[in-house]
This record gives sequence, structure tokens and C-alpha cells, in this order.
Amino acid sequence: MNDSGRPLSPHLSVYRWPITMTLSILHRVTGAGLSVGFVALAIWLMSAAGGAETYASVNGCLHSTLGRLLLIGWSFAFFFHLSNGVRHLFWDVGMGFEKHQANASAWFVIVLAIVLTLALWANIMGAVQ
Amino acid sequence: MNLRSPLSHVLGSGSAKEGTDHFWGQRVSAVALAILGIWFLFSLVTMASAPLDYAALADWVGRTSNSVLLILLLLALAYHSSLGIEVIIEDYVHGPFLKVVSLIFSKFAHIAFASGAIFAVLKLAFGANG
Repeated sequence: MNDSGRPLSPHLSVYRWPITMTLSILHRVTGAGLSVGFVALAIWLMSAAGGAETYASVNGCLHSTLGRLLLIGWSFAFFFHLSNGVRHLFWDVGMGFEKHQANASAWFVIVLAIVLTLALWANIMGAVQ
Repeated sequence: MNLRSPLSHVLGSGSAKEGTDHFWGQRVSAVALAILGIWFLFSLVTMASAPLDYAALADWVGRTSNSVLLILLLLALAYHSSLGIEVIIEDYVHGPFLKVVSLIFSKFAHIAFASGAIFAVLKLAFGANG
């Protein structure tokens, strides 16, 4: 590619991957995932309006292994998108733009989302038992 | 002589074709969703049994405050999701035709699922099943 011998402008791959980049990507990915979750929520509600039988079949799908994995994924996506969304709201009012602050809030958001997801499922397991 | 006023000629003629509506709509619906989303999740967890049975759900949805909050949640969710998917399509779908078709499809799908879900809530609330 660089056969001219002239310097290339810096490519992304020469940088150490910053945590803030991971969060930016995850925010979009979890947002897209939650949009799919919106469709699932709509189908779930419509099945309930369809009567006990249709509701039972959709609920059965949600309680399959794949359904449970999806629910866990959606719950993490929800907590992550919520926490990181609040981080974005702070940025919107001009707070937390310093590099060390952005890195710290990034890790805080990750840990918070994981802790909330674990707490939610521990709670659900506890209630089900 | 033109029917359009000079103001109408210049409005929306920037590269974005709009002002800050998208930004504000996204932020305000985000705040609404933070509140409504936490309420919904909290309600689901307190109702949790495996699997969440039909009678309990129908009863919960049927309570007026729950029905109204659910409809608000669905409206805010559909709106916020629609704005988000719009940006993703604009970023990744190239070619003006495919882009416009995708954007229209996304809008239609969001409105369709929101309408279906809201109708479902109303049906459960007004007790079509007795």
C-alpha cells in the first residue's frame, strides 16, 4: 500500500485501544440490541392480549435456554445503556471531559452494569426458588 | 414572485436539514426511559415467578396506573429506539435509495410494533377476556 515511501497518516491500529472507545462501541451495540428487545417486548404483550394460550407459547420461548440467554443479554444491555446514557448526559452539560475522568467513568459504568445485572438475576433466582 | 416567503426558503437548508430536534428528542426520551425502564424492570422482578403466569400479568397490566405507565414506556421506547436506529442506518447504509428505504422501513416497524403493543395493553386493561 505504502509504496511511495511517504509517511502515512496515523492509522487507528497504531494506537493502544482506549477503554472509552470500547464503551462508545458498546453503547451503540447495546442500543441496537435493546431495539430488538423492544420488538420482543411488543410481541410478548401482544401475545398476552391474544389470550392465555398464545401467551404461554411466547413465554415458553422466553424460558428456553436461548430465551434466558437473550433475557440476560437484554438486562445487561439495559443497565449498560442506562449507565452510559447518564454518562453521556453529564458530557452534554460539559462535565467529565478530562481524559482521566472519561476513563474513570468508563470503568465505573462497566462495573456498575455488571453488578446490576448480577444483582437482578440473583434477585430473580431467589424469588423463583 | 414566489408563494414561499424568504424565511421558508432558508429554513432547513443547512446540511443537516434540521435543527437540534434529534438531539433534544433523544435526550428527553432518554430521561423518560431511565425512569420508566427502572419502574418496569422493578415491577417485573417483584412479579417474578417461573414462568410469569398469565393471570398475574393480566391483573398487573390491568391496573390503571400500570397501563398508563406501560403505554408511556412503549411510546418513549419506540421513539428513542427509532431515533437510535435512524442514526445507525445513516452511518452504515450507503446509497441514497437503500438508505431512504431502510429509514422508512425502520419508522414503519417502530410505529407498527408500538401500536400493536399499546393496543395489547389497552385490551388487557379493558378486560376483553372478562
